[in-house]
Amino acid sequence: MNATLRRVAVRLRVDPVACDAYGYCAEILPERVTLDEWGYPIVDGTPVPAGLVELATRAAAECPRRAVHLEQVAAGH
Amino acid sequence: MTTMAIDTADRLLKRPSGPNSAMDLATHLAVHGPLRIPGRDDRSFRDGILRAVAESGLLGRGGAGFPSAVKWDAVRRSARRPLLVVNAMEGEPASAKDRVLLCYSPHLVLDGAEVVAAAIGAGEIVICIADDSDPSAASVEAAIAEREAGGTRRRFAVERPPAHYVAGEESALVNWLATEQSLPFQRVDKSVPLRVGRRTALVHNAETLSQVALIARHGPGWFRGAGTADAPGTTLVTVSGAVRSPGVVEVEMGTPIADVLARSGVDAELSGVLVGGYGGAWIDPSRLSTPYAPGPLAAAGATHGVGILVALPASSCGIAETARIVRYMAGQSAGQCGPCVFGLPALADDMELLWSGRGDAELFDRVSRRAAQIEGRGACRHPDGVVRLVRSAFQAFAADAHAHAHGRPCRGHDAPTVLYLPRPRASVGRAS
Repeated sequence: MNATLRRVAVRLRVDPVACDAYGYCAEILPERVTLDEWGYPIVDGTPVPAGLVELATRAAAECPRRAVHLEQVAAGH
Repeated sequence: MTTMAIDTADRLLKRPSGPNSAMDLATHLAVHGPLRIPGRDDRSFRDGILRAVAESGLLGRGGAGFPSAVKWDAVRRSARRPLLVVNAMEGEPASAKDRVLLCYSPHLVLDGAEVVAAAIGAGEIVICIADDSDPSAASVEAAIAEREAGGTRRRFAVERPPAHYVAGEESALVNWLATEQSLPFQRVDKSVPLRVGRRTALVHNAETLSQVALIARHGPGWFRGAGTADAPGTTLVTVSGAVRSPGVVEVEMGTPIADVLARSGVDAELSGVLVGGYGGAWIDPSRLSTPYAPGPLAAAGATHGVGILVALPASSCGIAETARIVRYMAGQSAGQCGPCVFGLPALADDMELLWSGRGDAELFDRVSRRAAQIEGRGACRHPDGVVRLVRSAFQAFAADAHAHAHGRPCRGHDAPTVLYLPRPRASVGRAS
């Protein structure tokens, strides 16, 4: 767990080209990831609450296609 | 498009009287006037052209409508000489404007390309023409040969990416130039320049560059003498469907849609007009007074997109035509993103059920849910265009949609299509 992620706001991003609908992200973080009717993850791009950052980090790390990214929310967003 | 009338106007389509053929360099210069394009490093020229295009307010004519001058900033800051990519892929089946420019006025496109190359310090210009458009490529190659014989110092190359709907999307285009895979990729930050190998790449539509060629000659004040304050200048529009003279017309931005259609001779009562292409939107006939410019079109639920109008006669069925387009667009997916790969065929299934009067009670809710699930979830905007088209069809043809949903297909439901739908191609790589 990267300590800096606790302090800056982060959000989830899915690279739709890389994603192959394994669905692990939705299992790990159902609070922030839902699946569409074809099994592909829907994320809303809003900041992940501090209490879920650790799970979000796991969701990104355990994606077999490396399609889930945690990115910092730019200032002003 | 089989018969192609060209409506001569004063600016981009200005040409000498007589038969239509490509203007050679001498004719081009006689028609449009001389243009001084310096060698690589001429600071006063560069600053002048940057200022002129910024003041002109030119919006890109490739579909996104982005201010052209803004695109230059990122590549001008790059350390290596950038690459200028001329986008003449014209993947929208109902568009012919770029082919008309390349076939009849190739030097105007090349003028604009040389001007921009000088302004951003590009050493090489790559003109991308789809591999099914041989006449355009032959015309441009002949024009390049004329320039090389005349001693231009700029390097030109013509590339022929595979013809398919998303091939001209910027990321797909530079991807093809770098890897010969014509596939879009996700761009997280669009202010980061595209790259081909280690060079940054600036991509401009062929019509946009032709406009730059005229701004370089006549200045921003002249350019703003046509069009509106928000959308200055003229624009090319490919008009097809229920018109007497399908083809490319040049109109001032802000011209009412009805007047643009009148130029091509509307010869039937219309049930709707497709604006902006197959990833565009239908508008119903009550909105034909809408000015043809990005702002007013967006307010009417449509999009300028690529300049396209398809007039749908009242004898045809908008639901049927939409179903055909959605099926075609599903087949044009690059096949990378799940929401596009699975969502677009699902939408096409729904539209065909509706068209044939076999829709179930949940159909409208299902389409609406699927549209929301698909929107914004592709690497490129291809699926978003289809969603917009479907939503607009339910608005513009609301009564027909309702009738179809209750098992009463309208009178035009089996009328022949007014749309041009190319046969699908399998490959996104180089033809073997």
